[in-house]
Amino acid sequence: MNEVNHLSKTRWFNWLKLSSPSTFYPVAGKLIPIFWILTAIFGIAGLWVSFFVAPVDAVQGQGYRIIFIHVPASWMSMFLYLVMAAWAGLGLVFNTRLSAMMAQALAPVGAWMAFLSLWTGAFWGKPMWGAWWVWDARLTSELILLFLYLGFIALQASIDNPRRADKAGAILALVGVVNVPIIYFSVKWWNTLHQGASVSVTKAPAMAQTMLWGMLLMALCFWMYSIAVGLMRVRAIILEREAHADWVRQLSEVKI
Amino acid sequence: MNAMFAIITRDLLLVMRRKSEVLTALFFFVVVTSLFPLGIGADPALLRKIAPGVIWVAALLSTLLGLHRMFAADYQDGTLEQLVLSPQPLVLLVAGKIIAHWLVCGLPLVILAPIIGIQFDLDVDSLYVLMASLLLGTPVLSLLGSIGAALTLGLRGGSVLMSLLILPLYVPVLIFGAGAVYANSVGLNISGHISLLGALLILALAFVPWVSAAAIKIAIE
Repeated sequence: MNEVNHLSKTRWFNWLKLSSPSTFYPVAGKLIPIFWILTAIFGIAGLWVSFFVAPVDAVQGQGYRIIFIHVPASWMSMFLYLVMAAWAGLGLVFNTRLSAMMAQALAPVGAWMAFLSLWTGAFWGKPMWGAWWVWDARLTSELILLFLYLGFIALQASIDNPRRADKAGAILALVGVVNVPIIYFSVKWWNTLHQGASVSVTKAPAMAQTMLWGMLLMALCFWMYSIAVGLMRVRAIILEREAHADWVRQLSEVKI
Repeated sequence: MNAMFAIITRDLLLVMRRKSEVLTALFFFVVVTSLFPLGIGADPALLRKIAPGVIWVAALLSTLLGLHRMFAADYQDGTLEQLVLSPQPLVLLVAGKIIAHWLVCGLPLVILAPIIGIQFDLDVDSLYVLMASLLLGTPVLSLLGSIGAALTLGLRGGSVLMSLLILPLYVPVLIFGAGAVYANSVGLNISGHISLLGALLILALAFVPWVSAAAIKIAIE
């Protein structure tokens, strides 16, 4: 019994140890190349499947292939907001520095994904609907999601004291998380002409198997990309904020 | 509760001593709504159609104008710090400040709206719906706005930043508020819109004072 307790304690200890910037920094440095390699593998496989294997869509022709970028980007933009808010909330509750840095690092990645989703959506919309932009539920809520990301980034950027910036950003992110579903449903009831979701958990997807594979591979690629870029950003933030610490000054990349 | 009423009367008294600030926000509401017919044209059918949206957007913007004042002056002269330190629960004090803001910046909009509505050629029925939607919606604007006001306390360019933070959160209120008036004008049932506005109000009343109180504590520490 005692031994089990001891074991679980040491494992718990190791996990918590990672939450210190000085231990996390080198670990993240080792992980980044792995995630970049995974990004490349999934990206090449996903693009190959989506451009050469997946059949031409009966209705939408070749133009539909932009969904292999568009859909993963939209998924990532929404998912990253949740992850960002979760890290921010963790930082607020447990007062851990690294979680707040993580949230700060993920915000630009998520904003970029939201922008990419809107941009590719416009390219898709033009040939399919005949308009670059229509005011329908999912486009509008994606746009508002982008605004929420920009608000978070702007708020953190304008507060000089990092501790206050972290906490204020966390509150904003959590308020945003509560609001995202409300905004989504309100915009949905307001006006809807977007086609229904093509991939859903409850019913069989209305697309060819290979198309689904292409999309899932691309989604994995975007995941790995987000993790890699998020880790790189968090490393930069750690260096910036811990510049006064001894361990930072002894890093080979910091020493001149 | 007494502390909350004390805060409300104090804030109202302060406003009465400096009426110009409040009147500016109301004047802004009237001017902005009057500009639209000048820009778009005086076709009554078109004006009737855009009236709900224009009046509601103008209400959002003029609420934003007053939000900056909710905590900023008290933050600068240290009153806010004393409120945080006082034995009264901060949530109630914050709620009092939000109510005072609504009485000053929200309620006058509800009363002014029919006059603007007449300028836009709305019929009497639509005016009632407009007032009802504003009556339910403007408190939500004051409540959500208090979060932005508290988060941006003492920051460079705080009021511009606040509008960036808060306006996206106003979207549901705008949709259901303007939607109610529009639905009424095309003969649809408005109970759905009004119920949803009421739900937003209850939700905001239940949570926002706590969030704003937390944000104020962060700004002060």
